[in-house]
Amino acid sequence: MLYAILCYHKEDVVGAWTREEEDACMARLASVQEKLAREGRLGPVARLLPTTAAASVRMKGDDPLVLDGPFAETKEQLLGFYLVECKDLDEAIEVARQLEIANPGGTHELRPVGLYSPVPATL
Amino acid sequence: MSELAWIDAAISSARPQALAALLRYFRDLDTAEEAFQNACLRALKNWPTNGPPRDPVAWLVLVGRNAGIDEKRKTARFAELPPEEALSDDGDRETELVEAIDEADYRDDVLRLMFVCCHPDLEPTRQIALALRIVSGLPLPRIARAFLVSEAAMEQRITRAKARIAVAGVPFGAPDAVERAERLGAVAAMIYLVFNEGYSATGEHVAERATLCDEAIRLARLLLRMYPTEPEIMGLTALMLLQHARHKARHDAAGEMVLLEDQDRSLWNRGMITEGLALVDKAVRHRAPGPYQAQAAIAALHARATRPEDTDWAQIELLYGALERMQPSPVITLNRAVAVAKAHGAEAALDLIEPLGERLGAYFHFHGVRGWLLKQLGRKGEAKEAFNRAVSLAGSAAEANQIRLQLDGLERDAVEREAGRRG
Repeated sequence: MLYAILCYHKEDVVGAWTREEEDACMARLASVQEKLAREGRLGPVARLLPTTAAASVRMKGDDPLVLDGPFAETKEQLLGFYLVECKDLDEAIEVARQLEIANPGGTHELRPVGLYSPVPATL
Repeated sequence: MSELAWIDAAISSARPQALAALLRYFRDLDTAEEAFQNACLRALKNWPTNGPPRDPVAWLVLVGRNAGIDEKRKTARFAELPPEEALSDDGDRETELVEAIDEADYRDDVLRLMFVCCHPDLEPTRQIALALRIVSGLPLPRIARAFLVSEAAMEQRITRAKARIAVAGVPFGAPDAVERAERLGAVAAMIYLVFNEGYSATGEHVAERATLCDEAIRLARLLLRMYPTEPEIMGLTALMLLQHARHKARHDAAGEMVLLEDQDRSLWNRGMITEGLALVDKAVRHRAPGPYQAQAAIAALHARATRPEDTDWAQIELLYGALERMQPSPVITLNRAVAVAKAHGAEAALDLIEPLGERLGAYFHFHGVRGWLLKQLGRKGEAKEAFNRAVSLAGSAAEANQIRLQLDGLERDAVEREAGRRG
């Protein structure tokens, strides 16, 4: 089963890390990912830029209405995600546990993927 | 990351909001700072055992308020607050409480805290020092290092600045729309000062002073989170990101400046550039142009060019023209002249800057640019004269070296021409 593991964290706390902390955290995350990649279980990984760079679009009649900022104002922000092949929830929890140790203080949401097409089959 | 490092990051990110809220309660900077310090000490004791609270800002505000009230034995009536032990494992309750207290004023609190640091009576370097100490909470030794002064001197500078704003009084009324816009403008200028203090560094201090650039960007992002629809704050944030993205390429191993066209563009920070470009795009959609947006758009055109020769100089010239109309200044005209030279040739650019001689006669860059234009037009004698003038006005060894390289170029050309004539 493919899981999207969504990393939520307070972006201002992450933004207050020193450069050394930031590098150390990225190195720890890389080693978790490396293990998953060796097992052939790791899909795309993305780190998102701060929500201040985000815009949200919804339709107002026929025109797009563009709003500054993320869709939802929350205490913790979606900062990135991983796609990981896990045979069941327990395995996904184990991956999240390792990610949480590498990058503590946030929340990892485990979201089973319904449809995954890196390049849509119709194209 | 160790637990302590996490707590550190949580406290320092919570600082501006928590301190700003405490300032509103106590209406006195020293009391607010003391209350915040107290709350931090309790957090260091409490969080490792009880776990970090869901909302560190709320926790610090409530505990700081209690601490401040104890300290001052205030007689004013405040709402009964829960003891701190009850706070950590009861996230919703603390959040509700603080939302009830704050909500509407939160963002104006932070703006006020930043605004008190940019009092017009304070000279720019003091404004910067105060903002770094109060808003960012940078430790005194680090601020002193960034300014290349002793800790004692920096402490005195900050103490005096604080005394000055205590006399002036902190504006506690809720700002109306006009006041809010004025405060945003003043705070944006102060943040850009912090940035430039770091950005203008050369030599051995480059790394230390880059802290100031990071800090300025952090402050701008904070402001932007509070005021997410302000195009000029987007522009300011983008401008700093796009400039700071070049950080690793701007100096050589000896700390000497590397000119934009000579920089190794693979060293530019792609993440910062992407963020900056996204912000410029967002800002432009508001159709409310301003100086920070125009400068950010110029920086964006440089960032988009994979090679120096891909730079869209014609567009840059138009943007400098727009900037000139928004804030007329001979220095901006001088910058436009560089774009004109690249887009339309040195002759047109020289015509543009000749009238500036009177006002920019003592300005290093004026003579540098003038020499560069004359050189391109083959007027070597005049070029040499202009370069010599620039060297005599250089503010740093790095600036002087830049010009000497140009002079060397002239000499080399002359030698080669001479050799060519003989051969």
